[in-house]
Amino acid sequence: MIGMSIVKRKPLPAWVMLVIPVAAVFVTLLITSIPILIAGGNVFKAYGALFQGALGSKFNLLETFVKASPLVLTGLAVAFAFRAKFWNIGAEGQLFAGAIMAAWVGIYFTWLPSFLVIPFMIIFGFLGGGLWATIPAFLKTKLKVDDVVTTLLLNYVILHIMGALLFGPMQMEGSSWPRSASIMDAAFYPMLIARSRFHLGIIISLVAVLAIWFINNKTVFGYQSRGVGINLNAAKFGGINTNMVILKTAIISGGLAGLAGVGEVAAIHHHLMMDVSPGYGYTGIVIAMLGNLHPIGVALAAFFFSVISVGAQTMSRVAGIPIYIVGVIEGVALMTMLIFILLTEYKIRWTKS
Amino acid sequence: MEGRILEKQAVIEMRGVTKRFVDVIANDKVDLKLFPNEVVGLLGENGAGKTTLMNVLFGYYNLDGGEMLIGGEKVSFSSPKDAINHGIAMIHQHFTLVQTQTVLENVMIGMEGSFFLNYKKAKEKLLGIEKEFGFHLDPDAVVWTLSIGEQQKLEILKALYRDAKILIMDEPTAVLAPTETIELFETLHNLVKSGHSIIFISHHLQEVMDICDRVVVLRNGKRVAETEVSETTIPELASLMVGRELLERLDKGKSKTGEVILEAKDLRVKNNRGITAVDGLSFVLKEGEVLGVAGVSGNGQTELSEMLFGEVKPEEGEIYISGKKVPGGSLSSVIKESMARIPEDRIKTGLFMDLSVKENMILESHVKEPISKNGLINIKEIRSFADNCIKSFSVKTDGMDAPVKSLSGGNLQKVILARELVGDPKLVVACQPTRGLDVGAMEYVHQAMLNQKESGAGVLLISDDLDEIFLLSDRIIVMYEGKIMGEVSAEEADRDKIGLWMSGVTS
Repeated sequence: MIGMSIVKRKPLPAWVMLVIPVAAVFVTLLITSIPILIAGGNVFKAYGALFQGALGSKFNLLETFVKASPLVLTGLAVAFAFRAKFWNIGAEGQLFAGAIMAAWVGIYFTWLPSFLVIPFMIIFGFLGGGLWATIPAFLKTKLKVDDVVTTLLLNYVILHIMGALLFGPMQMEGSSWPRSASIMDAAFYPMLIARSRFHLGIIISLVAVLAIWFINNKTVFGYQSRGVGINLNAAKFGGINTNMVILKTAIISGGLAGLAGVGEVAAIHHHLMMDVSPGYGYTGIVIAMLGNLHPIGVALAAFFFSVISVGAQTMSRVAGIPIYIVGVIEGVALMTMLIFILLTEYKIRWTKS
Repeated sequence: MEGRILEKQAVIEMRGVTKRFVDVIANDKVDLKLFPNEVVGLLGENGAGKTTLMNVLFGYYNLDGGEMLIGGEKVSFSSPKDAINHGIAMIHQHFTLVQTQTVLENVMIGMEGSFFLNYKKAKEKLLGIEKEFGFHLDPDAVVWTLSIGEQQKLEILKALYRDAKILIMDEPTAVLAPTETIELFETLHNLVKSGHSIIFISHHLQEVMDICDRVVVLRNGKRVAETEVSETTIPELASLMVGRELLERLDKGKSKTGEVILEAKDLRVKNNRGITAVDGLSFVLKEGEVLGVAGVSGNGQTELSEMLFGEVKPEEGEIYISGKKVPGGSLSSVIKESMARIPEDRIKTGLFMDLSVKENMILESHVKEPISKNGLINIKEIRSFADNCIKSFSVKTDGMDAPVKSLSGGNLQKVILARELVGDPKLVVACQPTRGLDVGAMEYVHQAMLNQKESGAGVLLISDDLDEIFLLSDRIIVMYEGKIMGEVSAEEADRDKIGLWMSGVTS
């Protein structure tokens, strides 16, 4: 009989970590060709249509950027938290918190000079998501409550708070649907390229990528945050205020997810509604893992997911593959990446007995 | 005694058992025999190879050399299941009980036999065992309501229920209060009378004398002695355990002592199990001397170092550095500015194993200029600082960007030494600085300590390695159960006296 055991391997050189996500994407596309074949499609035609649909024209490419923007932000939110081992599964809820704040400013802050409306929405949205994330951070550091559970469950709490607002004080007059009034014109994210939806939020996402890269690599806080994630005891031994680091990490993480909520309200929907996010917060977890918790990796992973999501429409039309293949590709990508990450630390040894 | 060995078949015989880990020999040709109706003590310091040897016996590890016989037959275990089938049970320090289930349910786990549970039959069997060996545990009591001592009894019951004849007990008294220890020993006596055999792992000398018939002493993975308990004494065991031979010779130079750099006044603290670990400890350390803190491990040394390092707040007492009082419980600026801290466990508390060498070098200095300024780190300064550290302490690494986990144990310790000693501190506190290191690395660490003393620093060396204490110290204090048993200058120190102090005997 052949058995297998998993043994630790010697540390691999750093460049391997760069190759791995690319390899994972290839393996993913290889694996997902199986369901495409089962669905009776031609694999080359299907993938051709997928990439054509996402990248093949200026309009399509810009749409792919639009779709990637919230994914970059929630991916960064999760990646930044996970690096400090703050297991933030709550980017979805923090996105809602950001969206609520953005809608509040965008609808009711009519007294503001119009050039200040967008800055206010961004600041309030960031703080909304950030402060919402401090609840599980406090519970973790003060009461040692498991952060996976609290961050996840708080998603439902904020969802219902949002529901209460949209059926109550924030409901649009005369509407029977749970939706708010529209935000004022000054609160619309400006479109930066004519005849497209390429909006300010995309620039904000890219700035966020650079900002997180900067925090990680150039600041004392980035060093401390990583240290807390790797070895809490050593961080304490070195005099790092670990509770404070976790709290700040939570604020930044939640704030980034909050910005994704701001973008959805200010650039896409222009009002607040229950389905303001099609699960961007949860997809962010997958993207963070696929991007290996590195900000540039997260940006590329978000773009990849966006390509699949936008291109799937074309693929479905041209090759007759059901659009649900998107979910399959996303799931396989995550599993492949997790296995690849495991294999960087461990190797499989086959034993005969 | 020879007679007994001749007339009886050993229930377990380990012959030349060898176990290697990557670059360490944990067990080096160890022989061990266990006969019916006896308790054998397995004595040794932390890292002497006791637990490894028992893990080999219990099937957790494969043998790298030698053989094992159970009841005269050669066996080879590939998992604990094989060991259990041969009537061996291991009682771990950390219990393997389901806290929310009853005593009976815990006993039955894994023993169901068929799809249906027969509580009645199981309960009868359990009560029968309890009666036979004098246990008084309610089968329906839920585990979390039991005291630690009772939970340990349950672990033993589990073993008996599985018809275990051989019990391996890994430092069973470490978790017990004194009265519970007495009860445990009664239980063990009953078991031995009825034909069971017990291997009792400990580094607690008095307990070994109290409960064991025979004792096997391990040191550095080798069996260094085996003796009947009736034919030995505590001081003899102590010196066997910590070793006599002096391999290394260093010129430790004269001490030119200066000002008092570190003073501890009447320190008291409990450990994480609520038992007093440091109990009214006072000492003074001057610049230019090495003060050795000797003692068998587990007598409060870890807790003492944690208080000095600012990790744990003393419940009573004060610490002064250069006459300045240190606020306890956090890494205050007083500690940070003047103390080089070599922690006991370099991997658990000393290093970020997943970070690079250079990132580990700056743990102590990352909030200070020039390494960082206004919250921003200066990569250029970090590189030159790390480069300097690597060169001055000849750390063997593939460069400062290599992950620190790719380094050997000796080089990991050099990373810590470099980080802590590079600023020429006035005070060095080192806790077990050479534990687990090979001879070469050990000599390096020793020389580094002496260099610090030469340049005028006060060095507090907390170590359970008596050779190391003698090699480096100018003065020696001995800790036993959280107290200082005695103090002596290096010239006047003799091993027998120190051995007595280490075993709690004042002369």
